Amino acid sequence: MALSEQEVLKIAKLAALDVSSQDLTQLSAKLSNVLDLFAQLQQVNTDHVLPMAHPLDKVQRLRVDQTVADIPRDKYQAIAPACEQGLYLVPKVID
Amino acid sequence: MNMMSLTELNQALQTKQISSVELTEFFLARIAQHDSQLNSFITVTAEQALDVAKAADARIARGDAPNLCGIPMAHKDIFCTDGVLTSCGSKMLVNFTAPYDAHIVSQFKALDMPMLGKTNMDEFAMGSSNESSYFGAVKNPWALDAVPGGSSGGSAAAVAAGLVPFATGSDTGGSIRQPASFCGISGLKPTYGLASRFGMVAYASSLDQAGPMAQSAEDLALTLDVMHSFDYRDSTSLDQPKPNYMAALSQPLAGLRIGVPASYFGDGLDAEVKQVIEAAVAEYEKMGAQCVAVELPNQAHAVAAYYILAPAEASSNLSRFDGVRYGHRCGDPKDLADLYERSRAEGFGIEVQKRIMLGTYALSAGYYDAYYLKAQKVRRLIQQDFLTAFEQCDVIMGPVAPTPAFKLGEKTDDPLSMYLADLYTIPVNLAGLPAMSIPAGLVQGLPVGLHLVGPYFSEAKLLNIAHQFQLHTDWHRQVSPLAQGAAL
Repeated sequence: MALSEQEVLKIAKLAALDVSSQDLTQLSAKLSNVLDLFAQLQQVNTDHVLPMAHPLDKVQRLRVDQTVADIPRDKYQAIAPACEQGLYLVPKVID
Repeated sequence: MNMMSLTELNQALQTKQISSVELTEFFLARIAQHDSQLNSFITVTAEQALDVAKAADARIARGDAPNLCGIPMAHKDIFCTDGVLTSCGSKMLVNFTAPYDAHIVSQFKALDMPMLGKTNMDEFAMGSSNESSYFGAVKNPWALDAVPGGSSGGSAAAVAAGLVPFATGSDTGGSIRQPASFCGISGLKPTYGLASRFGMVAYASSLDQAGPMAQSAEDLALTLDVMHSFDYRDSTSLDQPKPNYMAALSQPLAGLRIGVPASYFGDGLDAEVKQVIEAAVAEYEKMGAQCVAVELPNQAHAVAAYYILAPAEASSNLSRFDGVRYGHRCGDPKDLADLYERSRAEGFGIEVQKRIMLGTYALSAGYYDAYYLKAQKVRRLIQQDFLTAFEQCDVIMGPVAPTPAFKLGEKTDDPLSMYLADLYTIPVNLAGLPAMSIPAGLVQGLPVGLHLVGPYFSEAKLLNIAHQFQLHTDWHRQVSPLAQGAAL
């Protein structure tokens, strides 16, 4: 199955990846190549088979609902690219 | 003289024949001497290692040192290490000094095992050759023009070259076992959930599992004992009783039933690798085991299912890298979307971007049922095949990879052929089973690993089966040319 360049651009947008500097024809070919592999699965009969998300069919364990000590904010924010007064800085979102 | 095992190193330390500082200096010197050829380390933490070694020596002097105390080790750069670069092999995290330790890192730290550094890996663990690392490819110590395998290729190469006696790895589709096979060491992927993933950078959460990589099954038993630990911070961590891994090693194998799937020995398997595996199975028969023919009919679909499930989970997991809280941030973003899109495009390598896009596509509106849900159903079929097989056998044996280590650059233009080469390891992750690779022979001077796959929580049995082989053969004691000087 071949992906068009338009479809590649749409996927890139959904994945928040700027692909403007990439050769779209080549990227589309690389992705399509793997999609051909995906197509193989359509031949497998999976009627009445339950999907498997966990090998031991465990459910998500929940932790006790209680307050715990805060994480050390200063330490965590020391590695942020842009931070001020305990807040992460991003480009202006609302005018 | 051979490289010393962890048991021997332990003994030498506890009886004060050698100090942890001496041992740490010895391995640091080997890294300084050889790693420029291998590129197996991204970061070397000499100073911190020596500080821990001093603390270990003091503990040994006091007489209250636990097993493994003072033995140097290394972590794959996927594990967060407080205050030390944790890059995951990516430009995205080239400036990421982790603010906390992964659970597994804390476990080894508590024993005062000096961490020599962080080992190289495929970017975000996505690869089978270690060529996708932002820090450059790792070389195989057996042949410097060959790949060490991936994604835990740095750990495998470092152990195989005698730069460190033990290293951690992680295995999502074969990333411990395939490099262990290519580098001639022993590696174990535990049952899904046995070792905590807290602080291990996530790739595909329903498949990722951490495990040990070392010279022998006995060394793996000693270190798995540390890694098998319940951790409430990882919601998939299992509170599973821990067997005595060391005591289990000596069980006799008489009556062991080995499942041998004919499909593992068909087209695509290198003829010489096939001979090595058959000879290894024959060795087990001499030890009293019996072979049973088993069928795993749905394994042929495992690679396709994996390349839907793993990228889908990766596309979700890697959405956290957005240039805001940590990691690479592009210069002068014009708006929020530009910040996200350019930071990610600049920070991720092409293989990672490709897998994120494949996953995004598989999860996008209109395709979820056809791809993700279908793959999860196929996953169940693959698991059922194994469960049926284990009604007739105790362990399944076969090759880890269809060939020995391939040449650097050989498959970079054809990633699909690299994906397909993981056909033996991937089904095990899909089923969540424990499995090992142990050295079983050489083909044209390159090591070949024997794959052992067991039922859930059969780690002690697998280690026993591997150890007995290593008592009867010396393939695990064959060392790479680069490790020749590693004898103490």
